[in-house]
Order: sequence, then structure tokens, then C-alpha cells
Amino acid sequence: MKLSARIAAPVAALVLAGLTATACAPQTSDTSAKGDEKSGTLRVWLYQEVGNKPKEKVVDDAVAAFEKSHKGAKVEVEYIPVDTRAQRIKAAFNDPKSAPDLVEYGNSDTAGYVKDGGLADITEEFGAWEEAKDTDPIAKQSVTVGDKVYGAPFFVGVRALYYRTDVFKDLGIQPPKSQAELVSTAKKIHKAKPDLYGLAVGGAYTYGAMPFIWSHGGEIAGESGGTYKSAINSEKARKGIEAYTSLFGDDNCPAAKCASMGGNATVTAFASGKAAMAIGGDFSHAAVEAGSVKGKYAVVPLPGIAPDSIAPAFAGGNNIGVLKSSSHRTLAVDLMKSLTGKKTQAEMFDAMGFLPTYTDVLDNAAKKQPFVAPFVQTLGAGAKFVPASPAWGQIDASLVLPTMFQEIVSGRKDVAQASDDAAKKMDAAFTAAG
Amino acid sequence: MTTHTTALKTPAPASAGAGTGAPAGRPPRRGRSVSPRGHSGWTPWLYLLPALVLLAGLLVYPIYQLGLISFLEYTQAQVSGGEPTTFQGFGNYATLFNDSQFWQVLLATVLFAAACVVSTLFVGCALAVLLTRIRALPRLALMMAALGAWATPAITGSTVWVFLFDPDFGPVNKVLGLGDFSWTYGRYSAFALVLLEVLWCSFPFVMVTVYAGIRAIPTEVLEAASLDGASQWRIWRTIMAPMLKPILIVVTIQSIIWDFKVFTQIYVMTNGGGIAGQNLVLNVYAYQKAFASSQYSLGSAIGVVMLVILLAVTLVYLRLVRRQGEEL
Repeated sequence: MKLSARIAAPVAALVLAGLTATACAPQTSDTSAKGDEKSGTLRVWLYQEVGNKPKEKVVDDAVAAFEKSHKGAKVEVEYIPVDTRAQRIKAAFNDPKSAPDLVEYGNSDTAGYVKDGGLADITEEFGAWEEAKDTDPIAKQSVTVGDKVYGAPFFVGVRALYYRTDVFKDLGIQPPKSQAELVSTAKKIHKAKPDLYGLAVGGAYTYGAMPFIWSHGGEIAGESGGTYKSAINSEKARKGIEAYTSLFGDDNCPAAKCASMGGNATVTAFASGKAAMAIGGDFSHAAVEAGSVKGKYAVVPLPGIAPDSIAPAFAGGNNIGVLKSSSHRTLAVDLMKSLTGKKTQAEMFDAMGFLPTYTDVLDNAAKKQPFVAPFVQTLGAGAKFVPASPAWGQIDASLVLPTMFQEIVSGRKDVAQASDDAAKKMDAAFTAAG
Repeated sequence: MTTHTTALKTPAPASAGAGTGAPAGRPPRRGRSVSPRGHSGWTPWLYLLPALVLLAGLLVYPIYQLGLISFLEYTQAQVSGGEPTTFQGFGNYATLFNDSQFWQVLLATVLFAAACVVSTLFVGCALAVLLTRIRALPRLALMMAALGAWATPAITGSTVWVFLFDPDFGPVNKVLGLGDFSWTYGRYSAFALVLLEVLWCSFPFVMVTVYAGIRAIPTEVLEAASLDGASQWRIWRTIMAPMLKPILIVVTIQSIIWDFKVFTQIYVMTNGGGIAGQNLVLNVYAYQKAFASSQYSLGSAIGVVMLVILLAVTLVYLRLVRRQGEEL
């Protein structure tokens, strides 16, 4: 009697708590569309680039044309900062009421966003779209998850080798023709000019490192029957990791400084005249032009193993997708078509230097601008893409590969150990993502 | 509410009955007296109610949500409705405890926090004693310097420190003649750098609090000690420290909690956890899990583990103090 009475109060409290528990479970948003209105305001989020004005102009033209042909539709474009895009887009998925109808997003995030339930499946519209037939197959792969299309490619970005023409002339050397030559050239330059990194590399520069792995025949992961398994610890991949990490050291890029660098840091080092070579994208062009090396550099494709071959590059770039929560689906798809259509992409190339995702438009661009030739060559030689698994976003965000490179270059683990550990983490993520 | 009231009232007559074996006539009389006593029993609660509601809203509810999420599968896909939220039981905790990195991070956090607490207390107390021994002007200068450090936001302080110790442009390397030594490259040098910053921004609290405590010690006692020829160290050990014990306890607990939860300094100075995650501490690790890779439930589980550890440390510490006959 005494005992049960003592217990009664806490039990009552617990029951109360339990009742409230069901009422305050963590929030889940309903991202399904509430209709398909044929008029009203469409909201668009695009990335705010460095030097955004020319982009705005091209977008404004495309939007004006769209509003003219769609009576009653109004378009509001907002440019979101690249640094905080992940939070913004997550927030948009969490709160459909304040979410836009269209978003620009990095193509390696596609699978993750699809799993989050944020992007609308537009396979049908994309298939019926005349211009889409000329889309580059790699670009199309970057909007595809499990045979379904979730957006349209906006531009592609590939990386190639930037080098200092003055330094090369000074030392009487030629741009490297093979990966072995690349490594030896880098070390030769650093020996002759200790103030310069031979080739600026970064321990956190995943997409600069991948060409080394791919050129040795390695892969990030292999797919069989829709499930991925890490291949980063395969014999071939390890050779590539070894080649890349051999560039860290006092004979090229000291680990104490280069281990923590990411892609931007290496490009900045090159642009400010601290490196004789760097792996940069077509999109880095503006940054390099703005640096102190303007007029003293050139670009060639990053060499592969065999002499005069090209190492497979990562097919980066952005897509534009329709949000699942959009209440103007038809209008939004139309606007997406006009923003990513051939006309806009050709103009966007002239304005920003973004490589078009249509093979014919890209060819025209290369003819007009000799600068992009090495990048177009690189694309033509076969670029590669990250695993189209929702786990990739998480692997990328939890820095699995940068950690692996950093462990090796700081001497904490050898290649075999570090790649095994990375493979284990990747497989855990692939399994969790299903 | 009614269940609550009866439940609270029942024990009194029941235990009385069991204890004395009282005649059947007594309970009604006790029953009559219950009502005024019950009334007065509730009055303090009524006054406490606003504070309790506030505490429940600001403390209990978030902790409850934290605990709840740690038992669920809750990632970005669940938040934005791509997949249903599922109950995982202790799944997240199992993942966490099987992750060797978690144990490494936990060990690093404990050691780092311990080093921070010890050095903060040491420097803070030493400077507090110094404050009592110097003239007004230098005392004012030291106070102002300490308060300046205290008032600096952690993120600003960290950024400035990183710049001061920058391998290429930092004045510290120039003065010490270290060339382009990178402080953040080595694990221990990076932790040491962060420790210096944490020390710099948290010793003022200790110093000011202890200084106030010392001022409250009757001067006769201190005077008598110095007349007897006690050294400064002896005075601190046998007079000041025992008399300041309650203050020191509070300061220590606060320091433990703050330094165990250090986030900004590590995040800013080692760029989110250092090379290959070598400088991760639990709070940054939880952030990386919860927000960088959107595993909110795993991040919550880390949060719960931290909460439990800090509660345990505080309780054990308070018990030890109680056993020595001190009251806070």
C-alpha cells in the first residue's frame, strides 16, 4: 500500500510525459505538392557566384522571355551564397512553405537530395524535351538516380592543369606529358625555386586527387544491383592514392602546409604566384585572371599514365531542379527548361565561362574561346562521376576521403591502412543509405 | 492534477497508521488537518510555478527532445519527409559505442578539458593573489586586460589567435624565430594552441571571482599569518584556499563544464577538427555528425552522452565535497 502510493506520483508523471511525447515527436515536413497552379509567383534560388553580375543579366533575359510567353506568371530570382547553400537547401526541404520552386544545386548532391525527398521526378518532361536529346551523357548521368531524372544540367565543370608559362620558360621545361613527368616536373621546379610549390596539392582536395586514382584504373566505389561497395582500397586505387600523396613533402608541397588545403586554397596559391602548377577548373578561370599571375599562365589537360593521355577528370557542375513541394509544377518545369536551354547556356558561357552541357553548344563554345579547349578536350577524353548513391553526400560531408589523404601525408597511416579505413566508413554509409 | 494531489497526500496517514497501530478513530481527525496543511504545502509551489514553467520550457523540453531524437532514425531524409521516422531503440548508441573514433575523441576531450581546467584555475588563482599584492594602477591595468580578454567573443579571439600564429604572416613565429612552423599541423601543437586561447579567455572569470573571495577574507587573519612569517604559498595553502573553498568549488565545476563543451575555439582554430580529425573534441564531433552530415539522431546521442558525463562529474564532485563536511 505504502509502496504503491509512493510510486503512483512518478507513474502519473511518466504517463503524462508519455502522452505529451506522442504530441511532440520531432518534426517531419510534408514536402508533397499541394496542386499545380498555372499562374502566380515562381521562386528561384541560384548560386551567388564570384562576380555575379553577368550571370544575373543572362538570367534576367531568360526570365523576361519566360514571363512574356507565360501570362500571369511572375518569377522571383534570389541568389544564395555558395558557402551556406547546404543549410539553405536543407531549410527549404524542411519548410516547404518558404521553399522556392526551382533550385540550382551541385551535381554531386543529386542522389542525396532525392533521398531527402526534396526534388521532383521530371523523367517524363525531360524525355519529351527536344533540346535534351543533345545533352552530354555524363551531364545526364548527374541528374539521374535509378533511371529517373531529377532536374536539368545547368553547366559542367572539369579540372585541368594550370601552369606558369614564365617559370617553365625560365627553367627551359615543357608542360608534363604523363603523370610520372608531372611528378618529376613538380619536384624539379620546387628544387630550382624553393619559394614555389611545384604542383599545389591539397589534402582536402578530393576532386583534384580523383584523377590520379581514376587514371590508375581505380574507382571510388563499384555498383552491383543498385548497391554500392567501396573500391577505394583496391590495388589500382591505392596506386593512384600513392601517386597523389607522393606530391606532399618538402620536395614539392610541404605536408605541414598542404595537408589542410582544399581546392580553393590550391587555386588561390596558384593565382597569388605561390605555385608553378595547380589543378583548377574552368570555373577557376576568373579567380586566376584576378590574381597576380594574369597573362603568365596557360592550361593543358591533366596528363594520365601513358604519355600524351589525359587523366579522367571529375565531371562537376550544377543542375537546376524542381522542388517536390512546388505548387506550380508545370510552370516550374517550363522555367527550368528556359534557364537550362541551349540559348541560355550559350549566353551563360559567354558571360561566365560555364561550360554548356549540350554537345553541340559546347563545340561552338570551344571554337569561340580557345581558353576552354583543354577543358573540352578533358571532357572529350571521358570524365567520371561520383557514385550516384544518396550516401555520397554524407561521405563527402563527413570528409572520409580528405581524412584518408591527410592521414597518409601526415604519416599517421600507410596507404593500405588508411584506404582500408576509408573503405570501411564508406561501406557503412552505403549500407545505411540502402 | 487530482491524481497528483492524492498521490502526494496518501503516504502520510498510511505510514502513521503502520507505525503506531493507531485506533480506528484517529484517521478522521488527521484527515481534517490535511486540508489546511495541504493548502500551505502548495503555496510555495504556486510561487515557484513561473520559474518552473520557464525552466521546463527552456531546459527540460530541449533535453527531452534531445533524448527522444537520440532513439530515432532522424536524418535529413526524415526531417524533410523523404522517409518515415523510425524508432531505433539504442541503435544510435550502439553505433556510437562501436565507433573507435568516438572513444578516441572522448579521451582527447577528457584530457584536453582536464588540462584546460587545471591551467585556467592555476593561472586564475595566481593572478588573483597577485592582484591583492600590487598597487592600484597596475591592478587596474591587469583587471582591464583580463576583462578585455573576457569580453572578447570566442570566435573573434580564435580568429585573432590563428592569425597571430600563422606560419606565413604571424608575428609570433617571427618573434620566436620559428620560420614557417605550422602550429595547427601537429596534433599536440594544435591542441596546445587552442589550450592557450581557451586559457586566455577563461582565466579572467576565475581571477575575478577568486579575487572577490580573497577580498572578503578578514585582513587580520592574513596579517597574522604574515607576521608569523608564513610564505605566500603557505598563506594560500592553509588560509586562503580553505576559506575560499566554496568559491573554488563553483569555479571548478563551471570550468569543467565549459572546457568539456569547448566548441568555437576548436572549430575555428583547427578548421573543424584538424587534419584528419586529429583535434576533434566531443562537441565538434557531435556538430560534424549532426549538422555537417545531417545525422541528427547520432549527434543527439553524443549530446546525451555528454550530458550524462557532465552530470556524473558534477554529482561525484559535489558528493566528495559534502563528505568533507562543506556546504555550498
